[in-house]
Amino acid sequence: MRRIHDFHGGIHPAENKLQSLATGIRPAGIPSQLILPLAQHIGAPSQPLVSPGDRVLKGQLIASAAGHVSVPLHAPSSGQILAIEDRPVPHPSGYSAPCVVIECDGRDEWVEEPSGIRNYRACEPSALLEKIRSAGIAGMGGAGFPTAVKLAGKPGAGITTLIINGTECEPYITADDILMQERAADILAGVDIMRHILKPQEILFGIEDNKPAAIAALKTAAAGSDVEIITFPTKYPSGGEKQLIEILTGKQVPSGGLPADIGVICQNVGTAVAVRNAVIYGRPLISRITTVTGDAVTAPGNFEVLLGTPMAHLLALAGFSAEKCERLIMGGPMMGFTVSGAEVPVVKTTNCVLAPTTREMPTPPPAQPCIRCGLCAQACPASLLPQQLFWFAQGKEFDKLEQHNLFDCIECGACSWVCPSHIPLVQYYRAAKADIVKQRRDHEKSEQARLRFEARQERIAREEAEREAKRAARKQAAEKRAELAAEGGDEDPVQAAIERARARKTAQQGTAPANTPDGGVKQLAALREKLAKTEQRLALSREAGEDNKIVTALEATVQRLRDRISAAEQSPAERETP
Amino acid sequence: MTLIRISSPHAHGSDSTASVMRRVLIATVPGVIALTWFFGFGSLVNIIWASLVAVACEALALTLRRKPLGFYLQDYSALVTATLLGIALPPYAPWWLIAIGVASAILMAKHLYGGLGYNPFNPAMVGYVVLLISFPVQMTAWAPPRGLGEVPGLLQALQACFLPAQYDAVTMATPLDMVRQNNSLLLEDLWRDPLFGRWAGIGWEWVNLAFLAGGLWLLYRRVFSWHAPVAMLASLGLMAALFYDGGSSASGGSPLFHLLSGATMFGAFFIITDPVSSAVSVRGRLIFGALIGTLVYLIRAWGNYPDAVAFAVLVANFSAPFIDHYTQPRSYGHSKSGGQP
Ligand code: SF4
Ligand code: SF4
Repeated sequence: MRRIHDFHGGIHPAENKLQSLATGIRPAGIPSQLILPLAQHIGAPSQPLVSPGDRVLKGQLIASAAGHVSVPLHAPSSGQILAIEDRPVPHPSGYSAPCVVIECDGRDEWVEEPSGIRNYRACEPSALLEKIRSAGIAGMGGAGFPTAVKLAGKPGAGITTLIINGTECEPYITADDILMQERAADILAGVDIMRHILKPQEILFGIEDNKPAAIAALKTAAAGSDVEIITFPTKYPSGGEKQLIEILTGKQVPSGGLPADIGVICQNVGTAVAVRNAVIYGRPLISRITTVTGDAVTAPGNFEVLLGTPMAHLLALAGFSAEKCERLIMGGPMMGFTVSGAEVPVVKTTNCVLAPTTREMPTPPPAQPCIRCGLCAQACPASLLPQQLFWFAQGKEFDKLEQHNLFDCIECGACSWVCPSHIPLVQYYRAAKADIVKQRRDHEKSEQARLRFEARQERIAREEAEREAKRAARKQAAEKRAELAAEGGDEDPVQAAIERARARKTAQQGTAPANTPDGGVKQLAALREKLAKTEQRLALSREAGEDNKIVTALEATVQRLRDRISAAEQSPAERETP
Repeated sequence: MTLIRISSPHAHGSDSTASVMRRVLIATVPGVIALTWFFGFGSLVNIIWASLVAVACEALALTLRRKPLGFYLQDYSALVTATLLGIALPPYAPWWLIAIGVASAILMAKHLYGGLGYNPFNPAMVGYVVLLISFPVQMTAWAPPRGLGEVPGLLQALQACFLPAQYDAVTMATPLDMVRQNNSLLLEDLWRDPLFGRWAGIGWEWVNLAFLAGGLWLLYRRVFSWHAPVAMLASLGLMAALFYDGGSSASGGSPLFHLLSGATMFGAFFIITDPVSSAVSVRGRLIFGALIGTLVYLIRAWGNYPDAVAFAVLVANFSAPFIDHYTQPRSYGHSKSGGQP
């Protein structure tokens, strides 16, 4: 038996999973319209390839990946492109974003029989990754990071452990549970493909012990393979990537790092099925399993939904009474966010649509003062001090917040859940994080602006100095000429003799051009040119944020050149009046 | 249908500040019963009168600070402060003494600092110390326990409180005083005094056990964690063991004597567990508790006050921010030194 590790904190909220497990996976059918946001994943939004009026077929590519961290998008059913426009999308900020809207014709015609790679073991991993990339798969557990990018990883980062996340620790959600119960073999087929790509030393499949049916199904399906099905006590948030890694390996992901830094990769069970469908059958990601639950629906359960299906369509299938429900949540009660309306679509990361009644999730009472009871610190899986973070967030003490590791907060909500004073702690942390990120960006911007400004000031000053120097040189030359012209007139004979003698001497030496006015000007120009070049180099290296030493050295050179120039500018005048 | 937009989490545990405070109040019941049995109705009258004054002060402070009365009074925190102070004060204290103590606790220690959650010092202990310094005579007068004198009835208790001039108080040295002042008798001989019972002072040992019972119930209900109380009791016991001196006339008293005397258990489970004014992290609370236990012993053995819990707690409250600064827990993904693993 593998040793199970525990993580700090955690809570045991009411699970509320049975409601949606009464029936198996039901098909959600084809809605009249599909609304497909171009950004359903982390990374650059996809680029649409179709125009309104176009007819598209099921599985047809309708938007391409924009860059490396991005994924393409496919039509989930056949129909006509109605529009490419901003529509409300499921997002915590509730905004609208560009979507491709398809008017379905209900015929569900495939674009062509897609071709898969049955014998994937004989294939290069890069070919399999390409299949996964072109199928548009993004992490289906909730984060939505492009799966091919994650699987390709950093070159040279040896992955020793592949973890399959079947934990599903959020209350209410059963999409992964039902998938494991009904399609365990498909999941393991996907896992086998990932094994072929990553070649890990071990594959650990983590499940909470509150899913006996799923565990049994997986154990049967995995019999004889080296995939270890590992169960552990139910505790929220054991399904958090970092927590699951600690449970299964005892290792912690370094702060600010990635699991790959300790040789681990986590994949969700839904993603594994999508990988299987993409590689073996060549099918793009166009549908997913979504739980519809909450007391405001009469027939909760899990649905196989086409991406882009409006939540209203799903809710209707589950017997939704809108008047009982005052908030609609995408995701679970702990980390899910409220959506702006039932018209927002199901996307690649929608694992649950939660429609609670007002009684089930009442409006929170006003927050009372923090009594520093420390329950939040006991519950925090990141071992932070939420009460201190709250204190600093209220005072906008950003340094203190970072010092108390605000950015290690995974926003799991355990602290808010236990807080007897009903303080919406996570809300404060989100706001503080956003503020800090903005401050950093502003700081960077103003720093760049300052550098640009300084460089410009310097250039203006330099040009001014050059003009000034030229003027001075011209003036000097004119004076000289006037002097020479005046020579031989009523002039002090002694002075004139000295002058002549010196001129002779200078002519004899001839080697010190700087001493002649003409040579001085030439040397001055050379020095100025050098100064200008060095200054340019200095500005550049400042902008590029180069090593301090280099900048200081350059600054010193500039100073030296300036001194020499001003010395050179002085000396001719001096020579005139010894 | 208009949907509300609200930040996660959408579920919440069932605890509220009011329910936490209510549990603390309930947990004092065994201790208060023991106090009443051994020392008469004095403590009960203290508590009731203190509660009335506390609610009045709280209402006054909230009105002055323009805060909604109903909402804040519901958190029961004023009642908890009043009850704890009522228990700590000597029974049969005059009404004005109690009123001054409560007013200092609620108005000065709590609201001047910004109200519940912002007070660096434990309000009940501030009230206690203000009285101890201003009225040492009244504050050091403890009634004799049942068995050593007449236990006053309810009427007498009321009279003592509200008509103090007409009440003829009977007081007696406490066992802690006896042990501190003893310098001629072996402990064994001192124990022959009728003031001592099986392990500590007559009555006191049972009062302490009753508060221990209430405290254990609070632990069981997870109102607070075990760290501070256990650290305090352990360090107090350790100090007592170190200076036990084999029971000679210079002995400071046995560990058991200290654990079951004065306000030890009451302090360990009801005073130092006040979350607002204690250290926050687990390690911090261990240090916080150990500091109090040590200070309690030092003050009991070499100080000049009847009991030491109040002073020890205030000193520890004062050091809590420093303790916090040095005991920030290691967050996930960080190494011990604060960097990365
Ligand atoms: S749980 Fe709430 S009241 Fe208790 S310390 Fe944390 S933030 Fe404060
Ligand atoms: S939301 Fe952040 S601070 Fe709160 S318990 Fe989770 S990780 Fe800790």
